[in-house]
Amino acid sequence: MTEEIIIAGFGGQGVLSMGKILAYSGVMQDKEVSWMPSYGPEMRGGTANVSVIISDERISSPIINQFDTAIILNQQSLDKFENSVKPGGLLIYDPNGITHEPTRKDINIYKIAATAKAQELGISKVFNMVVLGGFLKLKPIVDKQYIHEGLEHSLPQRHWNLIPQNEEAIEIGKGLIEAVQTL
Amino acid sequence: MARELQLMKGNEAIARAMIASGCDGYFGYPITPQSEVMETLMTEKPWETTGMTVLQAESEVASINMVYGGAATGKKVATSSSSPGISLMQEGLTYLAGAEIPCLVVNVMRGGPGLGTIQPSQSDYFQSTKGGGHGDYQLYTLAPASVQEMYDFVFDAWDIAFKYRNPVLILSDGAIGQCMEKLYTRDYVPRWTEEERRANAPWGTWGKPATRPHNIITSLELDSARQEVFNLKLQKKYAEMKEKEVRFEALNCDDAEYIIVAYGSSSRIAMKAMQMAREKGIKVGLFRLITLFPFPTKQLAEVAKRVKGILCVEMSAGQMIEDVRLATECGVKTEHFGRFGGIIPTPGEVLEALENKIIK
Repeated sequence: MTEEIIIAGFGGQGVLSMGKILAYSGVMQDKEVSWMPSYGPEMRGGTANVSVIISDERISSPIINQFDTAIILNQQSLDKFENSVKPGGLLIYDPNGITHEPTRKDINIYKIAATAKAQELGISKVFNMVVLGGFLKLKPIVDKQYIHEGLEHSLPQRHWNLIPQNEEAIEIGKGLIEAVQTL
Repeated sequence: MARELQLMKGNEAIARAMIASGCDGYFGYPITPQSEVMETLMTEKPWETTGMTVLQAESEVASINMVYGGAATGKKVATSSSSPGISLMQEGLTYLAGAEIPCLVVNVMRGGPGLGTIQPSQSDYFQSTKGGGHGDYQLYTLAPASVQEMYDFVFDAWDIAFKYRNPVLILSDGAIGQCMEKLYTRDYVPRWTEEERRANAPWGTWGKPATRPHNIITSLELDSARQEVFNLKLQKKYAEMKEKEVRFEALNCDDAEYIIVAYGSSSRIAMKAMQMAREKGIKVGLFRLITLFPFPTKQLAEVAKRVKGILCVEMSAGQMIEDVRLATECGVKTEHFGRFGGIIPTPGEVLEALENKIIK
């Protein structure tokens, strides 16, 4: 199993930390992982993205341009990465702020209204975990117990009291994701 | 701390390896994309645990001269920077090499020339292996291709630096520096005690016992005859490195019709391109350089005899390719493919270049 993922959105949406929690969970489950962020000007405001690879085998390049899954959190990222999803792959997007829907016919498309839901529930801080939950519903590549360990390793100890809230957000995301187009 | 599995950035791995390998001091100045090295050292506060000194100097020039001063006493001293900062250190590096002082320098390359860009690049190959400073000197140059190697090579660097009394350069780039991967940490190597330091660095300026003359650390010798003798001694040292300390990795080279030569992050991209080529039925191998100096001349020449073509992949305009052509004496078709200025080539582009420039 090798899953090549891009997570892309605005800086501040928790894109990099979502990737880190996913990667760390993979480590806990004894998978090979890599986490390659965009850094530099885009991190200082604007778009941010991270490629995460989780695999049973040694990972060759952490730098990739074709993805099994794209998790898209704003219009700019949708424009940039829609065509980078492998044929038959998966695109997940949050419809918040999306003006042009994805148009590819050869991929699976799901949407998750995580921004709206998180605002409604007053859990905007763990918005990214809602999105992660949606992804894990479709591709359960890491087990629940390892996500817990991944959270422990990713978050500083003073924030461990927030782990249950993060885990609840993941569960909310699992129920929130809906199919737009399936092959 | 015992062997433990963690997830971390290449830059963080460098910093943690310094602490774990018994480094006595780090002097540096922040620059993207390697700022996490000092950031991690400052967060870890090793001065409270191992007693390692960590100091932010006022510039890169000051950093390398602090390294010179500290390392002259036989202590394990390191610095790190990125391309423009490493350029500023070149005078200090040639002095260190000329005074035969072991030390560790890490360059997390970014695109140049000048201030260039903060994105990854590999355009400092010439500077690293052909002497960025003046005079006939070499830096033992290691090119890590993973976060694990960023960590492990720090430990290896001290062994080489003290064995040969020569600065060691770890030449990485922004991609490996910023990428997070799995890492197995090692047991701590305690910092040397006074007795160990005196035994390991008898040449150091750690105080003169009555039993021997002064130890003098200098790169100045006004008597040309003696300077020539000294240069011959340096050359003998570099020849010994070429003989004994070459490192490389040959993947799928045994049955390969074509090979890719690359180092560092380019070699990871090339590995993926190799896999893609193999899936298409093209027999491609990867010859990955681990030491850039000494260059694996003989080993590459041996592999090159059996192949129809070589693609050199490097995030530069084509620097390493010169040494590849020298190694093979231009006996096999050899072409360069690279992106530069902070652009990272994709595995698909590498495969395309292989097909268009070499196989066609």
